[in-house]
Amino acid sequence: MSEPLISARGLTKRYGDFTAVDAIDFDVAKGESFGLLGPNGAGKSTTMRIIAATSQRTSGTITILGRDPEEHGPQIRAHLGVVPQQDNLDTELTVTENLFIYGRYFGLSKKFIRTKIEELLEFAQLEEKRDVKVDALSGGMKRRLTIARALVSEPDILMLDEPTTGLDPQARHILWDRLFRLKELGVTLVITTHFMDEAEQLCDRLVVMDKGKIMAEGSPLELIKAYSTKEVLEVRFGSDRNKEIAPTLRAMCSRIEELPDRILMYVEDGEALLEEILNKKLHPTTSLVRRSSLEDVFLRLTGRTLIE
Amino acid sequence: MNSGISVTKIRSFGAIYVAEARISAMLKWKSVIAIVAIGNPLFYLIAIGIGVGVLVNENSGTSGTGGVEYITFIAPALLASAAITAALDEAMFPVMEGFKWRKLFYAMNSTPITGPQIALGVFIAALARVAFTVICYWAVLIAFGVMSVEQSWDVIPVTIFAAGAFAAIIIGITAKVKNDDYFMTVLNRLIIMPMFLFSGTFFPLDSMPIYLQPIGWISPLWHSTELGRYFSYGYPLSATMLTVHFAFLLALLIGGFALANKTFTIRLTK
Ligand SMILES: Nc1ncnc2c1ncn2[C@@H]1O[C@H](COP(=O)(O)OP(=O)(O)OP(=O)(O)O)[C@@H](O)[C@H]1O
Ligand SMILES: [Mg+2]
Repeated sequence: MSEPLISARGLTKRYGDFTAVDAIDFDVAKGESFGLLGPNGAGKSTTMRIIAATSQRTSGTITILGRDPEEHGPQIRAHLGVVPQQDNLDTELTVTENLFIYGRYFGLSKKFIRTKIEELLEFAQLEEKRDVKVDALSGGMKRRLTIARALVSEPDILMLDEPTTGLDPQARHILWDRLFRLKELGVTLVITTHFMDEAEQLCDRLVVMDKGKIMAEGSPLELIKAYSTKEVLEVRFGSDRNKEIAPTLRAMCSRIEELPDRILMYVEDGEALLEEILNKKLHPTTSLVRRSSLEDVFLRLTGRTLIE
Repeated sequence: MNSGISVTKIRSFGAIYVAEARISAMLKWKSVIAIVAIGNPLFYLIAIGIGVGVLVNENSGTSGTGGVEYITFIAPALLASAAITAALDEAMFPVMEGFKWRKLFYAMNSTPITGPQIALGVFIAALARVAFTVICYWAVLIAFGVMSVEQSWDVIPVTIFAAGAFAAIIIGITAKVKNDDYFMTVLNRLIIMPMFLFSGTFFPLDSMPIYLQPIGWISPLWHSTELGRYFSYGYPLSATMLTVHFAFLLALLIGGFALANKTFTIRLTK
């Protein structure tokens, strides 16, 4: 394998006594789409800012494109496109002015930027809003503009911190499609999310983070294989009866998880298990058989659900 | 990466790109800026030329102002205040906006642009606004015959320099501000207001009680005003005082940049 594009060892970030990122190791290969999955406060954004050479680590090592961000911040940032968790567009300028000014920060020629803007407006489906002040855009439009802005310099690595939060389902799917296309062009993607469907869709490989630590690493499929069963049976008996019935259910499969509103049963064949339950006359009020997802992996690793 | 990106070029011109962005934001307000730049001297000239000036000269002749017309005495001071007000506008608000209100500096810093380049860019844009204000003001003063072109042109660079020094220190100080309401109130009520009142603008500083004079000594406006008088109508200043005024302003400029460079870097890499 060639030199990784990003490589971190023992990477740590402390704010006072609080450890936001706790000695994590990871590598990102060129052209890969790498995800950081984790709940609120896991340390995803902090890690992203360190990779983006805009936050100083407390200890450990990290190289991006073979360079240390502490010494070569501007050189590294010249290769990056950054989509922060919170949009920081200039709300008093128009859509095109925002793209233009950002392009200038990379020292790009006015002529190049003007041509690029047309392409980016199409990418973000903002052609009709080109001369509208950012203030007057919807949340989803702002998000798309922030993503377009990150592409003005044609980055080698695109850093996306929760790219689709606030987008409607259609806009999300369109964005996923656009990101796929960038990936095909050889752009390396680093994505944080707490949507497991997004992680499953977009990431070749991901790490599950919690409380500043990496809990597991692998492709979505590998993680599901390693930490969950093929299928999951979700049953509800109403909040009072759940507790009472749980011990019976526990005996019927390798692992169960009791959530406040439902019980998850991990098995290879969900339908078969459901039949067994019905045969025992346990009568769940609702039941659902589904494939295991990263949510289940997360639950297994941390004992908590990803989105409360 | 786009092949047109040169980190070496950005290292040299980064601050210019930031200034470009700041100026294009300012241009959104171009009519307001122009009206203020021209209207401000007009109002003062009318009020003082017709009103206050006549009153002062009738009551005390020109003895209180060192032998010159009141309007001649006050014009360079008004010019200096206008320059410093413009500097304050373009130094304080962009920095509050950049770090706190709209986090624009974080966006700039996600490109190859560095903290010190952002500070310098904000400074350059503030200087552009100051220069525009000073030139408009001066032109109005010339048009009304308050100053003569040959004798007073050098007031322009001197006043711009003084306001620039003020902008630098304000950029440095504002970058340190976390709690803005508190800062704005304190700055306006306890620093800016007294500065305008106790800087020898409307009457010579040494006609004030001695215990109030130190407010003037530490006020950039007083130093700018004294220099402005010296360069516009030959107000007597010793070589020592001339040096003191320039040295004080230069110290603000250098101190302001030292503080800004350090604070911008720390705040952007937290
Ligand atoms: N500037 C800061 N000062 C102090 N603590 C901070 C700072 N930035 C982040 N933290 C803390 O570090 C921890 C990790 O924050 P981070 O933003 O990286 O989480 P995250 O995984 O991105 O969460 P979310 O999903 O909510 O965005 C949090 O507990 C947060 O409070
Ligand atoms: Mg985050």
